[in-house]
Amino acid sequence: MHPFMKALTVACVTLGLTIASGLAGEPKSGGILKMYHRDSPASASIMEEATYSTLTPFMGVFNNLVLYKQDVPQNTLDSIEPELATSWSWSADNKTLTFKLRTGVKWHDGKPFTAKDVVCTMDQVRGKSTTNPLRKNPRLAWYQNVTDVTANGDDEVVFTLARPQPSLLALLASGYGPMYPCHVSARDMRVAPIGTGPFKFVEFKANESIKLTRNPDYWKPGRPYLDGIEFTIIPNRSTALLAFVAGKFDMTFPTEVSVPLLKDVMAQAPQAICVLAPQNVSSNVIINRDKPPFDNADIRRAMALTIDHHAFVDILSEGKANIGAAMLPGPEGVWGMPDEMLRKLPGYDPDVEKSRAEARKLMEKSGYGPNNRLKVKISTRNIPTYRDPAVILIDHLKHIYIDGELDVVETANWDAKVSRKDYVVGLNLTGSAVDDPDQNFYENYACGSARNYAGYCNKDLQALFDKQSQITDIEARKKLVWEIDAKLQEDIARPIIYHLRSATCWQPYVKGYSPMVNSSYNGYRFEGVWLDK
Amino acid sequence: MGAYLVRRFGLMLLTLFGISVIIFVLLRLVPGDIVDILFDSAGMVNPAEKLKIQQDLGLDKPIPVQYAAWIGGLMHGDLGYSYVSEKPTLSEILPRLPITAKLAGMALGFAVLIGVPLGVISAVRQNSWVDHVLRVISLAGLSMPSFWLGLLILMGFVAAFGTLPIYTEPPKTMLDGFLLLAVPAAAVGFRSSALVMRLTRSSMLEVLRQDYIRTARAKGASPGAVNFNHALRNAMLPVVTVIGIEAAFLIGGLIVTETVFNIPGVARFLVEAIRWRDYPIVQNLVMFIAVVVVVMNFLVDMLYAVLDPRIKYSD
Repeated sequence: MHPFMKALTVACVTLGLTIASGLAGEPKSGGILKMYHRDSPASASIMEEATYSTLTPFMGVFNNLVLYKQDVPQNTLDSIEPELATSWSWSADNKTLTFKLRTGVKWHDGKPFTAKDVVCTMDQVRGKSTTNPLRKNPRLAWYQNVTDVTANGDDEVVFTLARPQPSLLALLASGYGPMYPCHVSARDMRVAPIGTGPFKFVEFKANESIKLTRNPDYWKPGRPYLDGIEFTIIPNRSTALLAFVAGKFDMTFPTEVSVPLLKDVMAQAPQAICVLAPQNVSSNVIINRDKPPFDNADIRRAMALTIDHHAFVDILSEGKANIGAAMLPGPEGVWGMPDEMLRKLPGYDPDVEKSRAEARKLMEKSGYGPNNRLKVKISTRNIPTYRDPAVILIDHLKHIYIDGELDVVETANWDAKVSRKDYVVGLNLTGSAVDDPDQNFYENYACGSARNYAGYCNKDLQALFDKQSQITDIEARKKLVWEIDAKLQEDIARPIIYHLRSATCWQPYVKGYSPMVNSSYNGYRFEGVWLDK
Repeated sequence: MGAYLVRRFGLMLLTLFGISVIIFVLLRLVPGDIVDILFDSAGMVNPAEKLKIQQDLGLDKPIPVQYAAWIGGLMHGDLGYSYVSEKPTLSEILPRLPITAKLAGMALGFAVLIGVPLGVISAVRQNSWVDHVLRVISLAGLSMPSFWLGLLILMGFVAAFGTLPIYTEPPKTMLDGFLLLAVPAAAVGFRSSALVMRLTRSSMLEVLRQDYIRTARAKGASPGAVNFNHALRNAMLPVVTVIGIEAAFLIGGLIVTETVFNIPGVARFLVEAIRWRDYPIVQNLVMFIAVVVVVMNFLVDMLYAVLDPRIKYSD
């Protein structure tokens, strides 16, 4: 998309949402928000899962210390506000972060929330809890810089860091930063979670429904407006959208309306309000650099050079998706590099034929050619959002003497397969919960990270990860982030094909909901949502 | 007859034992480890955490020990806990059973009530336009996938009535429940009704050519008495067999129909459990289905004797 068009889109979305909320009038209390859910979440414990299948229904049960403002579409460090904390302060050396905590807050079972709960939660996510450990801990990499968390009385908690990390606040403000009670076991949190949030958990029937009810003792006066939220689990997307069109639901599941489906929804339910925005999920190629001949850097580079990004975007999203590097491109993304810088990276030159000619030379140098083609399995998850781009990738690889064979992997086995590096070349989707380099770089590109499926490891670059993480000046940090991101693309760490864009729709009487434009993971507290019925 | 029943019962137990072994072994041969799959929603696999979960679930024990634990539990009515929801298996399965049972019963009822009379009409009016129309409908029924038919019905409902007959909350009255299940039951029963109709037709055609039918007609019996009292009763033997088998096969159609119409029954639940490799749910549910099928077969065999007094089970 042209930069001007991108800027215009963001402006329109923001303006639209502002006008919509402005015209909404005085919020009314009451009513149950009804949504469909795309699948049955593995558990109700946000801390143990890495999918918004869990996050969306259960984020309203909890509070964080700090949270991205729910009515601001773009998540930035400036859009973070206190939640269970009332304020925060950094020490002079930026290595100590102190939170003053809200008093009088109660867990849904009536017990008081104190600083001890924050310590317990942080011990759990840092893998330090011996009495109540998490069964799975997908965000261990996020908090490696936190060396200690201590309670100072009941109303103050102190985070000690190994080095300065201003973005720690961004991680804590994500939907993945809920506070858990000390007195409830990790097992109970998976089955019947207890939080301090605007909604209380009522029931979770696997494959059927999830129900939340209003928390009458919520610490924020007058909130939430809704009496409850009900999610009906409908894995069949056609049935779910038909039900939304027929008015059975007030909202679609967030980001579940693809560009082609959006046309159908708008045609059949013209009254619906739909916002098409980036998900901060990229489609990318993972290359197992331990398996010959892909240990050869020339072959990996040739693969990046043959990718025609625009073809993917045009075929799969009717031109709506974004092209970028590891960080979500602007204007929605805060850290994406400028287009002129992007175009210089391997595979991003608009002259695709020129790039492919260079790629063929590299392949020939490695001993491949028209009469000696390289055969490889392209593994991917057996769902359309993975399978469709994989088919296009196979077509693009043909141009450089690589014959790919599609190897579809049952969806439930995918992450385990790539985690144990049981693949040669794969097509993967990577979601970023927070539009911040600390989350993306450490999780997906740091040496030894569990989600670094490609096994890329560059110690020098890792030192730069640490360096950018400490910079407090946003503009100065951006420049270093662009440099790192460019190096990741030069090293063909995980060639990014495109950044997905999809829509969320709701009925016009649903007010106060503001979809985030640079993350699909942070905007589901629902305490400001109300029904104008 | 008594000895036959005992022998048949013994055979049933042996069959169920064989099925239990096959279910148990096959489930563990399917690629994908339950613990790996549990980690899928976390997007990573941590070997230390994986080992701990394996130990917690008892998956580190030898397969025969795991099998003995399952069968031992079954004998005592302990079906274990779901690996995914961590709730007792029985509490996960029991609320869903009546929903699927009702749906299956209604679908089977639809198949019999539509299939048998239309099959008789088609046979009695052989080669008439009625017969041709009914044969085309039955062919359509056999060739139409139930997920496609289900989606067509849903789209038709939205277009015509602006609403959708899908399950979003438990029905408040019995009538609500009946109406909610009637459309999906018809969708899944349509294929079975086509099969029953074709079988009834061919079976009836064969019987209608028998000498005793000609004799009945010659004695002045009314067409209704000939067709229903003399012909249909004898023509029903193969149809009853197929209905028995179809009741077992219905579960396949129910999986799709429950998904399309969003019905929270056991069929859809079973598919999800297989996807998650939720062994306790799958093992116990498949075992339950196996018991139903084996018992159905047993009952069908017994029904033969009722339908045809000439059939005797020797001791």
